Amino acid sequence: MRRKVVIGGGAALALLLLTVTFSLSTGSANLPPADVWGILLHSLPGADAWLTPHWEVSSEQIVLKIRLPRIALAILIGAMLSVAGAGFQGVLRNPLADPYTLGVASGSAVGAAFLMLTGLSYGLFAQWTVPVVAFATGLLSLALVLRLARVQGRLRMETLLLSGVVLQAFFGSLVSFMVSRSDKVINEIVFWMLGSLALRGWSYSAVLLPYLAAGLIVMMGYARTLNLFALGERQAAHLGVRVERTKVAILVVCTLMTAAAVSVVGIIGFVGMVVPHLIRLLTGPDYRLLIPLSAIGGAVYLLLADTAARTLLAPTEIPIGVVTAFLGAPFFAYLLRRKSRSRG
Amino acid sequence: MIAADRLGKSYGGSRVLSDVSFTVYEGEFFGIIGPNGSGKSTLLKLLSGVEKADEGSVALGGKTVVAPDGTRSVSGGRPVAEYARKELARFVAVLEQEALPQIGFTVREVAEMGRFPYQNWLGEEPEGADGTIDSILDRLGLAPLADRTLEHLSGGERQRVALAKVMAQEPRLLLLDEPTTYLDIGRQIQLMDSICDWQKRTEGLTVVAVLHDLNLAALYCDRLLLLNRGEAVGIGTPEEILTAERIKAVYGISPVVTAHPATGAPQILLQPESGVKGEQRG
Repeated sequence: MRRKVVIGGGAALALLLLTVTFSLSTGSANLPPADVWGILLHSLPGADAWLTPHWEVSSEQIVLKIRLPRIALAILIGAMLSVAGAGFQGVLRNPLADPYTLGVASGSAVGAAFLMLTGLSYGLFAQWTVPVVAFATGLLSLALVLRLARVQGRLRMETLLLSGVVLQAFFGSLVSFMVSRSDKVINEIVFWMLGSLALRGWSYSAVLLPYLAAGLIVMMGYARTLNLFALGERQAAHLGVRVERTKVAILVVCTLMTAAAVSVVGIIGFVGMVVPHLIRLLTGPDYRLLIPLSAIGGAVYLLLADTAARTLLAPTEIPIGVVTAFLGAPFFAYLLRRKSRSRG
Repeated sequence: MIAADRLGKSYGGSRVLSDVSFTVYEGEFFGIIGPNGSGKSTLLKLLSGVEKADEGSVALGGKTVVAPDGTRSVSGGRPVAEYARKELARFVAVLEQEALPQIGFTVREVAEMGRFPYQNWLGEEPEGADGTIDSILDRLGLAPLADRTLEHLSGGERQRVALAKVMAQEPRLLLLDEPTTYLDIGRQIQLMDSICDWQKRTEGLTVVAVLHDLNLAALYCDRLLLLNRGEAVGIGTPEEILTAERIKAVYGISPVVTAHPATGAPQILLQPESGVKGEQRG
């Protein structure tokens, strides 16, 4: 087990480092990776003593001011969505579950769409109005789903999934209505729903980091419990798991992460569903491995997708939600086929 | 070990169990039998603590007290609701009817899951359990399969893995919920023998088994509780309980009850109710 963690974790971190380097050097101005690393190291305190800059000042500006904050955000969001997806799949024991299963995304979308339609925003907090409101409506939808699904003090998983579907349909209709009432040519609401990592500064990453950190810690704490859930809820109960409490705790933690992510970058689909599956295909079902590797894998995946989103059709950006699904779906299909062949 | 006092349970207004009282002594192999819908599985859920009784109480862990006149009773147990979930899991283990799902965990990993109630939140155990798991896998003949995942095992093999997990739990009370339902006769005997063997090796291990198969129940159980429509209609040795009259009264059929030629346990030979085949043939 420990060996697997070291090897898997090491490989994943190396991959992440490689992806970061690639993403930092790729863009409208292509920079050599050596320069990228020089700039990064140079920005550390005390580096002046042993490192003399041999690159242009504009390169430094591009790396540190433009690309790095965006990359940090991509890493955080990718990790949050993937860990949340792993959590939902584990506790719902449903391979189709993703972070949006309980209607969080559509809940957030209602809040965000309403603000965009009415143009409400509050002075100093203008930058934060949409995230805060989207986060609040996202949590509200979770509360509604849990309320709907609770029958005689218990959360039945089928009811929970159906409640999520019902709420998504309802909120979806509200959002569609608002989109239809909005007369802007390029519809801001639609773009928000497709997700974007563009033009977000460090402050957003700073807000998201605590959610990811807390979420990761809690989910790692529940990793062995999630393993027991794989045997079935009753088996888990017989082994000493407080099933109801665990379910609510995991659903709430994962929803908090999802709502935080969605409120900042909009709805980026596919990452939260596919990355945990990819990791599961590669390493097996053990959540002690699955959760940390999903975090790193999600970061890598979203970072690659975002790099593609901002470079492929430069100077226009492709909505990142489009890229994640477009790249992810065929790859996932390939892995599924390979897995089923090796089994049969 | 168990003192059940006037247990009652209803689901959505329909009564599943009413006024069921019985005691189980430490080290006993106790069977619960009865027709479909007689409340056997519900009773087991009350004993394992996953469901709460509407009426009455279950106390676990009581000591057997023998009165001067030889009658036994159980006293000093704690109500099942007072146990913390993990504490209860160190005391009671349950082997379910369905085999484990076909998941990607290996046989060894699943067996190790039985140690969960002994582990702290880091997954560590004060004294390591590796030796325990190895000897359990050896004993159940699972050692060669230890690194195979459950996806690649047959139903019978997965049920043996479930038993390994339950053994790793090192309970003092083992509850069986019709564990042989989906097994062929060979695997049935193998599983019941493994459990019997485990009980012989483990001082004070008590087994309570819900069984569908009356012949298996007669072969393995010290005493039987016969349920019908949620009520206890008889408690006693297999010889006392499995009589033609009782079976007629509860199951509505008239089988032949005979003594097992080797063990002497009562065995039931079924026969068609509408004319016997042999007679028709003349």
